[in-house]
Amino acid sequence: MNPSNYLVLSALLFSIGAVGVLVRRNALVVFMCVELMLNASNLAFVTFARTTGTLDGQVTAFFVMVVAAAEVVVGLAIIMLIYRSRRSASVDDASLLRL
Amino acid sequence: MSGEAWTFWIIAPLTVLGGLGLVLSRKAVHSALWLAVTMIGLAVLYIAQDAPFLGVVQVIVYTGAVMMLFLFVIMLVGVDASDSLVETLRGQRVAALLAGGGLAFVLVAAVTRATVGDPAGAEVIAPLGNVESLAELIFTDYVFAFMVTSALLVTAAVGALVLTLVPRVVPRRTQRELATERFRPADGDFSLAAGLPAPGVLARHNAVGTPGLLPDGTPSDLSLSRVLLARESLAEAAAAAGGTAGEVPAEEAPVQARVEAGVAGPDERPVDVSSRPGGGAEA
Repeated sequence: MNPSNYLVLSALLFSIGAVGVLVRRNALVVFMCVELMLNASNLAFVTFARTTGTLDGQVTAFFVMVVAAAEVVVGLAIIMLIYRSRRSASVDDASLLRL
Repeated sequence: MSGEAWTFWIIAPLTVLGGLGLVLSRKAVHSALWLAVTMIGLAVLYIAQDAPFLGVVQVIVYTGAVMMLFLFVIMLVGVDASDSLVETLRGQRVAALLAGGGLAFVLVAAVTRATVGDPAGAEVIAPLGNVESLAELIFTDYVFAFMVTSALLVTAAVGALVLTLVPRVVPRRTQRELATERFRPADGDFSLAAGLPAPGVLARHNAVGTPGLLPDGTPSDLSLSRVLLARESLAEAAAAAGGTAGEVPAEEAPVQARVEAGVAGPDERPVDVSSRPGGGAEA
Protein backbone atom coordinates (compact mmCIF):
# COMPACT_ATOMS: atom_id res chain seq x y z
CA MET A 1 0.00 0.00 0.00
CA ASN A 2 1.19 3.49 -0.80
CA PRO A 3 2.65 5.01 2.40
CA SER A 4 1.47 8.49 1.43
CA ASN A 5 -2.01 7.42 2.60
CA TYR A 6 -0.65 7.43 6.13
CA LEU A 7 0.85 10.86 5.56
CA VAL A 8 -2.48 12.21 4.32
CA LEU A 9 -4.19 10.81 7.41
CA SER A 10 -1.51 12.40 9.57
CA ALA A 11 -2.01 15.78 7.85
CA LEU A 12 -5.78 15.57 8.35
CA LEU A 13 -5.45 14.76 12.05
CA PHE A 14 -2.92 17.56 12.50
CA SER A 15 -5.29 20.06 10.86
CA ILE A 16 -8.24 18.88 12.97
CA GLY A 17 -6.11 19.36 16.07
CA ALA A 18 -5.07 22.84 14.94
CA VAL A 19 -8.69 23.86 14.34
CA GLY A 20 -9.56 22.54 17.79
CA VAL A 21 -6.81 24.60 19.41
CA LEU A 22 -8.12 27.70 17.65
CA VAL A 23 -11.84 27.11 18.23
CA ARG A 24 -12.25 25.52 21.65
CA ARG A 25 -12.35 27.63 24.81
CA ASN A 26 -11.93 25.00 27.54
CA ALA A 27 -8.22 24.78 28.41
CA LEU A 28 -8.44 21.02 28.87
CA VAL A 29 -9.93 20.47 25.43
CA VAL A 30 -7.32 22.78 23.89
CA PHE A 31 -4.69 20.66 25.58
CA MET A 32 -6.24 17.47 24.21
CA CYS A 33 -6.15 18.97 20.72
CA VAL A 34 -2.42 19.62 21.18
CA GLU A 35 -2.06 15.95 22.08
CA LEU A 36 -3.89 15.05 18.87
CA MET A 37 -1.41 17.15 16.86
CA LEU A 38 1.51 15.40 18.58
CA ASN A 39 -0.01 12.03 17.75
CA ALA A 40 -0.46 13.01 14.13
CA SER A 41 3.19 14.00 13.88
CA ASN A 42 4.13 10.66 15.46
CA LEU A 43 2.24 8.85 12.73
CA ALA A 44 4.21 10.80 10.14
CA PHE A 45 7.48 9.89 11.88
CA VAL A 46 6.64 6.20 11.90
CA THR A 47 5.67 6.33 8.23
CA PHE A 48 8.90 8.09 7.32
CA ALA A 49 10.87 5.49 9.26
CA ARG A 50 9.25 2.85 7.07
CA THR A 51 9.82 4.63 3.75
CA THR A 52 13.44 5.50 4.47
CA GLY A 53 14.19 2.00 5.71
CA THR A 54 15.72 3.14 9.00
CA LEU A 55 14.57 3.11 12.59
CA ASP A 56 15.40 6.75 13.38
CA GLY A 57 11.82 7.87 12.78
CA GLN A 58 10.54 5.39 15.32
CA VAL A 59 13.13 6.55 17.87
CA THR A 60 12.05 10.15 17.27
CA ALA A 61 8.39 9.20 17.75
CA PHE A 62 9.40 7.50 21.00
CA PHE A 63 11.08 10.68 22.25
CA VAL A 64 8.07 12.73 21.19
CA MET A 65 5.91 10.46 23.37
CA VAL A 66 8.19 10.97 26.37
CA VAL A 67 8.24 14.74 25.95
CA ALA A 68 4.45 14.74 25.52
CA ALA A 69 4.04 12.84 28.78
CA ALA A 70 6.20 15.38 30.64
CA GLU A 71 4.32 18.22 28.98
CA VAL A 72 0.95 16.81 30.01
CA VAL A 73 2.05 16.59 33.65
CA VAL A 74 3.20 20.21 33.84
CA GLY A 75 0.36 21.54 31.68
CA LEU A 76 -2.35 19.87 33.75
CA ALA A 77 -0.72 21.18 36.93
CA ILE A 78 -0.87 24.71 35.49
CA ILE A 79 -4.53 24.23 34.50
CA MET A 80 -5.29 23.03 38.03
CA LEU A 81 -3.52 26.08 39.45
CA ILE A 82 -5.50 28.46 37.22
CA TYR A 83 -8.73 26.67 38.04
CA ARG A 84 -8.03 26.85 41.75
CA SER A 85 -7.53 30.61 41.70
CA ARG A 86 -10.14 31.57 39.09
CA ARG A 87 -12.75 28.77 39.39
CA SER A 88 -12.77 28.49 35.61
CA ALA A 89 -10.84 26.49 33.03
CA SER A 90 -11.68 28.80 30.15
CA VAL A 91 -8.74 30.22 28.24
CA ASP A 92 -10.66 33.47 27.70
CA ASP A 93 -10.71 34.23 31.41
CA ALA A 94 -6.96 33.87 31.86
CA SER A 95 -6.01 36.80 29.66
CA LEU A 96 -4.11 39.05 32.04
CA LEU A 97 -0.86 37.14 32.73
CA ARG A 98 -1.67 37.52 36.41
CA LEU A 99 -4.21 36.13 38.83
CA MET B 1 -6.46 -5.33 -1.18
CA SER B 2 -3.77 -6.47 1.18
CA GLY B 3 -4.36 -6.97 4.86
CA GLU B 4 -2.60 -3.73 5.62
CA ALA B 5 -4.85 -1.81 3.22
CA TRP B 6 -7.93 -3.31 4.86
CA THR B 7 -6.63 -2.28 8.26
CA PHE B 8 -5.89 1.21 7.05
CA TRP B 9 -9.23 1.84 5.38
CA ILE B 10 -11.13 0.59 8.42
CA ILE B 11 -9.04 2.33 11.08
CA ALA B 12 -8.27 5.63 9.34
CA PRO B 13 -11.92 6.84 9.13
CA LEU B 14 -12.33 5.90 12.79
CA THR B 15 -9.34 8.00 13.81
CA VAL B 16 -10.61 10.97 11.80
CA LEU B 17 -14.04 10.48 13.38
CA GLY B 18 -12.39 10.50 16.81
CA GLY B 19 -10.58 13.73 15.98
CA LEU B 20 -13.78 15.40 14.78
CA GLY B 21 -15.60 14.21 17.88
CA LEU B 22 -12.83 15.66 20.04
CA VAL B 23 -13.27 19.08 18.46
CA LEU B 24 -17.06 19.01 18.19
CA SER B 25 -18.26 17.59 21.51
CA ARG B 26 -19.31 20.23 23.98
CA LYS B 27 -18.41 18.31 27.13
CA ALA B 28 -14.79 17.76 28.06
CA VAL B 29 -15.38 14.14 29.10
CA HIS B 30 -16.79 13.29 25.67
CA SER B 31 -13.80 14.96 24.06
CA ALA B 32 -11.45 12.83 26.16
CA LEU B 33 -13.24 9.62 25.14
CA TRP B 34 -13.12 10.58 21.45
CA LEU B 35 -9.41 11.27 21.80
CA ALA B 36 -8.96 7.79 23.29
CA VAL B 37 -10.62 6.35 20.17
CA THR B 38 -8.15 8.22 17.98
CA MET B 39 -5.15 7.12 20.04
CA ILE B 40 -6.10 3.44 19.98
CA GLY B 41 -6.65 3.67 16.21
CA LEU B 42 -3.20 5.19 15.82
CA ALA B 43 -1.71 2.38 17.90
CA VAL B 44 -3.21 -0.13 15.48
CA LEU B 45 -1.74 1.81 12.56
CA TYR B 46 1.70 1.79 14.22
CA ILE B 47 1.54 -1.95 14.58
CA ALA B 48 0.43 -2.27 10.96
CA GLN B 49 3.50 -0.26 9.98
CA ASP B 50 6.02 -2.64 11.59
CA ALA B 51 6.35 -0.59 14.76
CA PRO B 52 4.90 -2.95 17.39
CA PHE B 53 6.88 -1.40 20.25
CA LEU B 54 5.52 2.07 19.53
CA GLY B 55 2.01 0.66 19.20
CA VAL B 56 2.18 -0.92 22.64
CA VAL B 57 3.75 2.21 24.14
CA GLN B 58 1.00 4.26 22.54
CA VAL B 59 -1.67 2.18 24.26
CA ILE B 60 0.11 2.08 27.61
CA VAL B 61 1.43 5.63 27.84
CA TYR B 62 -1.15 7.64 25.90
CA THR B 63 -4.41 5.77 26.22
CA GLY B 64 -3.53 4.44 29.64
CA ALA B 65 -1.59 7.08 31.54
CA VAL B 66 -2.11 10.39 29.77
CA MET B 67 -5.83 9.96 29.15
CA MET B 68 -6.40 8.84 32.74
CA LEU B 69 -4.56 11.95 33.89
CA PHE B 70 -6.83 14.03 31.68
CA LEU B 71 -9.94 12.34 33.03
CA PHE B 72 -8.77 12.87 36.62
CA VAL B 73 -8.26 16.58 36.02
CA ILE B 74 -11.62 16.84 34.21
CA MET B 75 -13.30 15.27 37.24
CA LEU B 76 -11.49 17.71 39.53
CA VAL B 77 -12.21 20.79 37.42
CA GLY B 78 -15.88 19.98 36.94
CA VAL B 79 -17.41 17.42 34.66
CA ASP B 80 -20.58 19.26 33.79
CA ALA B 81 -18.89 22.47 32.67
CA SER B 82 -19.55 22.64 28.94
CA ASP B 83 -18.33 25.30 26.58
CA SER B 84 -20.59 28.21 25.80
CA LEU B 85 -21.32 28.66 22.14
CA VAL B 86 -20.99 32.44 22.23
CA GLU B 87 -18.09 33.71 20.17
CA THR B 88 -15.92 36.16 22.04
CA LEU B 89 -14.14 37.29 18.89
CA ARG B 90 -16.37 37.92 15.91
CA GLY B 91 -15.74 35.61 12.98
CA GLN B 92 -13.08 33.69 14.89
CA ARG B 93 -14.69 30.33 14.23
CA VAL B 94 -14.93 30.91 10.47
CA ALA B 95 -11.37 32.17 10.36
CA ALA B 96 -10.17 29.15 12.32
CA LEU B 97 -11.99 26.78 9.98
CA LEU B 98 -10.49 28.55 6.97
CA ALA B 99 -7.01 28.37 8.49
CA GLY B 100 -7.42 24.69 9.34
CA GLY B 101 -8.78 23.88 5.90
CA GLY B 102 -5.92 25.76 4.29
CA LEU B 103 -3.41 23.94 6.46
CA ALA B 104 -4.93 20.59 5.55
CA PHE B 105 -4.95 21.52 1.86
CA VAL B 106 -1.31 22.61 1.85
CA LEU B 107 -0.13 19.57 3.81
CA VAL B 108 -2.11 17.07 1.77
CA ALA B 109 -1.02 18.68 -1.50
CA ALA B 110 2.63 18.56 -0.44
CA VAL B 111 2.35 14.95 0.71
CA THR B 112 0.55 13.65 -2.35
CA ARG B 113 2.88 15.42 -4.79
CA ALA B 114 6.02 14.21 -3.05
CA THR B 115 7.71 11.02 -4.18
CA VAL B 116 7.63 8.59 -1.32
CA GLY B 117 9.78 5.52 -1.57
CA ASP B 118 8.35 2.05 -1.38
CA PRO B 119 7.97 0.81 2.18
CA ALA B 120 10.84 -1.27 3.42
CA GLY B 121 10.05 -4.59 5.06
CA ALA B 122 10.33 -5.09 8.80
CA GLU B 123 13.45 -7.26 8.40
CA VAL B 124 15.24 -4.45 6.55
CA ILE B 125 14.36 -1.76 9.09
CA ALA B 126 14.95 -3.85 12.18
CA PRO B 127 17.12 -6.87 11.44
CA LEU B 128 17.37 -7.88 15.11
CA GLY B 129 13.67 -7.55 15.75
CA ASN B 130 11.84 -4.31 16.49
CA VAL B 131 12.51 -3.97 20.22
CA GLU B 132 16.14 -5.10 20.01
CA SER B 133 16.96 -2.77 17.12
CA LEU B 134 15.25 0.17 18.83
CA ALA B 135 17.16 -0.56 22.03
CA GLU B 136 20.45 -0.69 20.13
CA LEU B 137 19.73 2.67 18.50
CA ILE B 138 18.51 4.37 21.69
CA PHE B 139 21.49 3.22 23.77
CA THR B 140 24.14 4.06 21.16
CA ASP B 141 23.34 6.90 18.77
CA TYR B 142 20.63 8.51 20.87
CA VAL B 143 22.02 7.86 24.33
CA PHE B 144 22.59 11.55 25.08
CA ALA B 145 19.02 12.46 24.10
CA PHE B 146 17.83 9.56 26.23
CA MET B 147 19.67 10.86 29.30
CA VAL B 148 18.43 14.42 28.72
CA THR B 149 14.94 12.93 28.57
CA SER B 150 15.35 11.45 32.02
CA ALA B 151 16.33 14.87 33.36
CA LEU B 152 13.25 16.30 31.65
CA LEU B 153 10.98 13.75 33.30
CA VAL B 154 12.41 14.44 36.76
CA THR B 155 12.01 18.18 36.18
CA ALA B 156 8.41 17.70 35.07
CA ALA B 157 7.56 15.63 38.14
CA VAL B 158 9.14 18.15 40.52
CA GLY B 159 7.51 21.02 38.62
CA ALA B 160 4.06 19.47 38.95
CA LEU B 161 4.64 18.96 42.67
CA VAL B 162 5.75 22.55 43.15
CA LEU B 163 2.89 23.97 41.09
CA THR B 164 0.14 22.08 42.85
CA LEU B 165 1.58 22.39 46.36
CA VAL B 166 -0.74 24.15 48.79
CA PRO B 167 1.29 25.66 51.63
CA ARG B 168 -0.29 25.12 55.05
CA VAL B 169 -1.23 28.49 56.53
CA VAL B 170 -2.24 27.26 59.97
CA PRO B 171 -0.11 24.60 61.70
CA ARG B 172 -1.77 21.20 61.91
CA ARG B 173 -3.42 20.60 65.29
CA THR B 174 -1.99 17.62 67.10
CA GLN B 175 -4.06 14.89 68.67
CA ARG B 176 -3.09 16.10 72.15
CA GLU B 177 -4.41 19.58 71.39
CA LEU B 178 -7.66 18.15 70.06
CA ALA B 179 -8.12 15.99 73.18
CA THR B 180 -7.38 18.93 75.48
CA GLU B 181 -9.89 21.06 73.65
CA ARG B 182 -12.54 18.36 74.04
CA PHE B 183 -12.11 17.44 77.71
CA ARG B 184 -10.89 20.79 79.05
CA PRO B 185 -12.92 23.24 76.98
CA ALA B 186 -12.22 26.94 77.41
CA ASP B 187 -15.91 27.80 77.80
CA GLY B 188 -16.60 24.94 80.24
CA ASP B 189 -19.14 23.32 77.91
CA PHE B 190 -18.78 19.56 78.26
CA SER B 191 -21.77 18.67 76.10
CA LEU B 192 -19.57 17.38 73.29
CA ALA B 193 -17.09 15.47 75.45
CA ALA B 194 -18.76 12.15 74.61
CA GLY B 195 -18.67 12.91 70.90
CA LEU B 196 -21.19 14.31 68.47
CA PRO B 197 -24.70 12.82 68.41
CA ALA B 198 -25.18 9.97 65.96
CA PRO B 199 -27.17 10.63 62.78
CA GLY B 200 -30.65 9.24 62.31
CA VAL B 201 -29.57 6.77 59.65
CA LEU B 202 -31.44 3.41 59.98
CA ALA B 203 -33.22 4.59 63.12
CA ARG B 204 -35.70 6.68 61.19
CA HIS B 205 -34.73 6.41 57.54
CA ASN B 206 -31.88 4.97 55.56
CA ALA B 207 -30.78 8.26 53.98
CA VAL B 208 -27.50 9.62 55.32
CA GLY B 209 -29.00 13.12 55.40
CA THR B 210 -31.50 12.23 58.14
CA PRO B 211 -30.68 14.10 61.36
CA GLY B 212 -30.75 12.24 64.63
CA LEU B 213 -33.34 13.11 67.27
CA LEU B 214 -32.25 14.56 70.59
CA PRO B 215 -33.96 13.22 73.79
CA ASP B 216 -36.51 16.02 73.60
CA GLY B 217 -37.44 15.01 70.06
CA THR B 218 -35.87 17.86 68.16
CA PRO B 219 -33.58 17.05 65.21
CA SER B 220 -29.95 17.86 65.85
CA ASP B 221 -27.87 19.56 63.17
CA LEU B 222 -24.73 18.40 64.99
CA SER B 223 -25.52 14.82 64.02
CA LEU B 224 -25.00 15.56 60.33
CA SER B 225 -21.78 15.95 58.40
CA ARG B 226 -20.95 19.56 57.66
CA VAL B 227 -20.52 18.60 54.01
CA LEU B 228 -24.12 17.41 53.87
CA LEU B 229 -25.35 20.56 55.58
CA ALA B 230 -23.53 22.68 53.05
CA ARG B 231 -25.04 20.73 50.18
CA GLU B 232 -28.51 21.50 49.00
CA SER B 233 -29.18 17.80 48.64
CA LEU B 234 -30.10 17.78 52.32
CA ALA B 235 -33.45 19.29 51.46
CA GLU B 236 -33.97 16.60 48.85
CA ALA B 237 -33.10 13.90 51.39
CA ALA B 238 -35.67 15.33 53.80
CA ALA B 239 -38.26 15.34 51.05
CA ALA B 240 -37.40 11.74 50.19
CA ALA B 241 -37.73 10.77 53.87
CA GLY B 242 -41.21 12.25 53.94
CA GLY B 243 -42.23 10.47 50.76
CA THR B 244 -40.99 6.97 51.53
CA ALA B 245 -41.26 6.65 55.31
CA GLY B 246 -44.49 4.70 54.99
CA GLU B 247 -42.54 1.82 53.41
CA VAL B 248 -40.34 1.17 56.45
CA PRO B 249 -39.45 -2.54 56.72
CA ALA B 250 -41.10 -4.49 59.49
CA GLU B 251 -38.04 -4.81 61.75
CA GLU B 252 -37.44 -1.07 61.65
CA ALA B 253 -41.00 -0.08 62.36
CA PRO B 254 -40.99 -0.67 66.17
CA VAL B 255 -37.87 1.48 66.56
CA GLN B 256 -39.47 4.24 64.60
CA ALA B 257 -42.75 3.96 66.47
CA ARG B 258 -40.92 4.17 69.78
CA VAL B 259 -38.96 7.21 68.68
CA GLU B 260 -41.96 9.04 67.38
CA ALA B 261 -44.70 7.97 69.79
CA GLY B 262 -42.72 7.65 73.02
CA VAL B 263 -40.26 10.49 72.81
CA ALA B 264 -41.55 13.09 70.44
CA GLY B 265 -44.87 14.67 71.25
CA PRO B 266 -47.31 15.48 68.47
CA ASP B 267 -46.61 19.19 68.61
CA GLU B 268 -42.80 19.09 68.65
CA ARG B 269 -42.09 16.72 65.80
CA PRO B 270 -39.24 17.25 63.38
CA VAL B 271 -40.22 18.88 60.14
CA ASP B 272 -39.69 15.92 57.88
CA VAL B 273 -41.92 13.67 60.00
CA SER B 274 -44.84 16.03 60.49
CA SER B 275 -44.94 16.88 56.80
CA ARG B 276 -45.66 13.24 56.02
CA PRO B 277 -49.25 12.49 55.05
CA GLY B 278 -51.08 10.13 57.37
CA GLY B 279 -48.33 9.43 59.89
CA GLY B 280 -47.03 6.11 58.49
CA ALA B 281 -45.69 3.79 61.20
CA GLU B 282 -47.66 5.33 64.02
CA ALA B 283 -50.96 4.12 62.68
